[in-house]
Amino acid sequence: MTAPTYDLGKLHGGLRLPGHKAESTSNPILDIPIPAQLILPLEQHVGEPAQPVVGIGDRVLKGQTVAEPDGEMGVPIHASSSGTVVAIERWPVARRHGEKAPCIVIESDGKDEAISDTAASDYSALAPADLLLRILDGGIVGLGGAVFPTAQKLMQARTCDTDYLILNGVECEPYISCDDVLMRERPEAIIGGARVLMHALQVNVCYVAVESDKPEAIARLGEELARVDDDRIVVKQVPTIYPSGGEDQLVQLVTNREVPSGGLPTDVGCIVQNVGTAAAVYDWVVRGEPLISRVTTVTGDGVATPVNVRARLGTTIEDIVKFAGGYTDRAYHMIIGGPLTGKSVSTDEVPVVKASNCVLVVSKSSYVRGELPCIRCGDCAVVCPVQLQPQQLFWYACADDEQKLRDFGLTDCIECGCCDLVCPSHIPLTADFRMAKGRIRELADEKARAERARHRFEARNARLEREQREREEELARQKAAAKAAGPAAIAEILRRKQGHDEDDAS
Amino acid sequence: MKFERREAPYWSARTNVASLMLQVLAALVPAALAHVWFFGPGFIFNLLVAGIFATVGEAFMMWVRGRPPEVALGDFSALVTAALLAFALPSLTPWWVTATGALFGVVVAKHLYGGLGFNIFNPAMAGYVIILVTFPMYLNLWVAPRMGDIDYQHLSIVQTLVFTLTGNLPDALTFDAVSRATPLDVMKAGLNNMETATEIRAYPVMGDFGGRGWEWIGNFLAIGGFWLLIKKIIRWQIPVGVGIGLLGPATFMYLLDPGTSPGPGFHLFAGATILCAFFIATDPVSAATSPKGRLIFGIGIGFLIWCIRRWGSYADGVAFAVLIMNMAVPAIDYLTRPHIVGHDDGEDGSG
Repeated sequence: MTAPTYDLGKLHGGLRLPGHKAESTSNPILDIPIPAQLILPLEQHVGEPAQPVVGIGDRVLKGQTVAEPDGEMGVPIHASSSGTVVAIERWPVARRHGEKAPCIVIESDGKDEAISDTAASDYSALAPADLLLRILDGGIVGLGGAVFPTAQKLMQARTCDTDYLILNGVECEPYISCDDVLMRERPEAIIGGARVLMHALQVNVCYVAVESDKPEAIARLGEELARVDDDRIVVKQVPTIYPSGGEDQLVQLVTNREVPSGGLPTDVGCIVQNVGTAAAVYDWVVRGEPLISRVTTVTGDGVATPVNVRARLGTTIEDIVKFAGGYTDRAYHMIIGGPLTGKSVSTDEVPVVKASNCVLVVSKSSYVRGELPCIRCGDCAVVCPVQLQPQQLFWYACADDEQKLRDFGLTDCIECGCCDLVCPSHIPLTADFRMAKGRIRELADEKARAERARHRFEARNARLEREQREREEELARQKAAAKAAGPAAIAEILRRKQGHDEDDAS
Repeated sequence: MKFERREAPYWSARTNVASLMLQVLAALVPAALAHVWFFGPGFIFNLLVAGIFATVGEAFMMWVRGRPPEVALGDFSALVTAALLAFALPSLTPWWVTATGALFGVVVAKHLYGGLGFNIFNPAMAGYVIILVTFPMYLNLWVAPRMGDIDYQHLSIVQTLVFTLTGNLPDALTFDAVSRATPLDVMKAGLNNMETATEIRAYPVMGDFGGRGWEWIGNFLAIGGFWLLIKKIIRWQIPVGVGIGLLGPATFMYLLDPGTSPGPGFHLFAGATILCAFFIATDPVSAATSPKGRLIFGIGIGFLIWCIRRWGSYADGVAFAVLIMNMAVPAIDYLTRPHIVGHDDGEDGSG
């Protein structure tokens, strides 16, 4: 089966980057043994961190829920193997701000004993709403890196007119190949997951979008589709241009629909799920295995043998790299995620979490940059996939001009990093924009706070005024009453006085 | 194991400012050689003087502003300013004239506005205009182009150097003996004398299109310009805009009345049209930056050049046209914001 490339929308800008994928795709996925210690951060998804439901000293089994969701955007966290909870403490994790976050630490016993779970043998018998709840219980989040809770995303899509389910197998960022190898090795899980998702969403068209540089993945998906004979699912080949795998960019490419600014793909009838997420849904709904492991690419010139590994969530990068061949002498920076959007970490003690699609270890020399003034060449605007003008945004970010930043669409920036790559002045534009966005958010918060304070102040003034008015009215009422009662009262007083006088006289 | 943290993206940039500027300079080389061939070695002396003073001015201003001079010198932008100024000046120009232009361009137009990236005005054109208002007589000293059938007095390298250093011609020579009116001057004077454009075009100095020598330099500038376009160092909007803005009205008036209006070919090759379209107006710092804005910026420059050539008292109008449009850049950029993906342009005030 061939995947059609015609009938695609147009994406502005983007970059053709050296893929650096072959290094890590030449070997099959390597299974990492269960480590002695599993570190499970409570915050592995967007939204509130999960709440631990186990205590220190508790024995837990593989697949057992160790933390329950808290709030609307929460998802549960499961023990990735059997063992004993030894600590709930702050541990280094991969995030942009702050080095440590609360984690449940489990000392594994090596038995890998699973709790008996009731796998829904036939999901098609389930009502879509029940299926969504089931997906929520699996702790499944978007595995492309955004870690948005999958069930909540599906529920939101159910409230809209959703036409298309788009499975994102684009994986446009250099070095990362975990989705590619997953598509090659487990097409049945991805297509199976797509069918589960389609049932949950009640949609009848699913596009599996794959970049043209992954012919083997496309072939394997095609074979699998021919095997299951489901013509509702179509593989669409998209051009190898970064960042065609961005959610809104992919919607635009595949359906030629523009996701409105500040909106969601569901606003234009689409829902996007990563292929890895689809496989996780399949593993949970059909095979009864919650999200306790994932495929991660370990690559870069800082590791001896670049490879894709399947590791239990909570395995530290240190354990993985040790098992996968160790570091080279050149290892200097460690990036969790891709080279353009990943997060730099200072230690390899960080655990693999649901978001960890790639561990990139690179040497120092790859990127030494010095910053010069912007010469307004506009190359950044040429490559911006959202068609922003980073040169103008940069100017207004330096000037802290919030209104102009909004006018020029700062909040639409997807932080793909294309502008940084083409900037001849080597300005860290994406980092500057991230900061400017933070300031705008702060300003908005401040405004909201000020607004609340103003409301409170006005309400208090109104109350005081009202009380004052009521007091005055009461006084006036009493005065009027006194006035009305005046002559009678005087007569009474006089009468009493007279009576008194008479008493005196007698 | 411990690692060094840094901000995303973790990928080296593809190019740098110095390489852009060097490629612009490289693109000027063929035209520079042609310039020397047609107008003598004075161009080289002008280039040296402008280069030295622009560099000194740049270093001095960086030092005054408390910044490392090597940063600014390393980007070669001062040399591009110097080279453009040298192209704009007659080959016989005393050094202090060139130095005034170079220093004014770099010190006032560039650094007093905040240095590279912050200058509103094109430094080379600002430098040229200051020469135009302080030493106007020297801008008329264009030597006659080297062409077989024109009888003119050669100046040797030494004589040219002496003039550059002292402003004095060899005893036997007068300005009139070595200099010739430029084709644009001839055209303007001729039209004022009620000659027809066709008659004026018949003068040998007018060459085939826009003047002997000039048109050849124009050809070599265009080659360099197209190379910059191919290398994507400049984008097509500004050169095309200048072409539309200048040649559009020129063609229209030529068709309407060829007697008083020289044709588009003359306008294209005479004066500094091609230099402006590919090298001066395309200075990214002082030009508009949105694609549509750049087209409008170019059209504005072209149209102003045509207006100044037709009605102004100066023969050519490139410098004023560029400086005037430089002032319009913020407004142009604000009004020509491109469509942002996902925005409803009906509400969003994009032009």
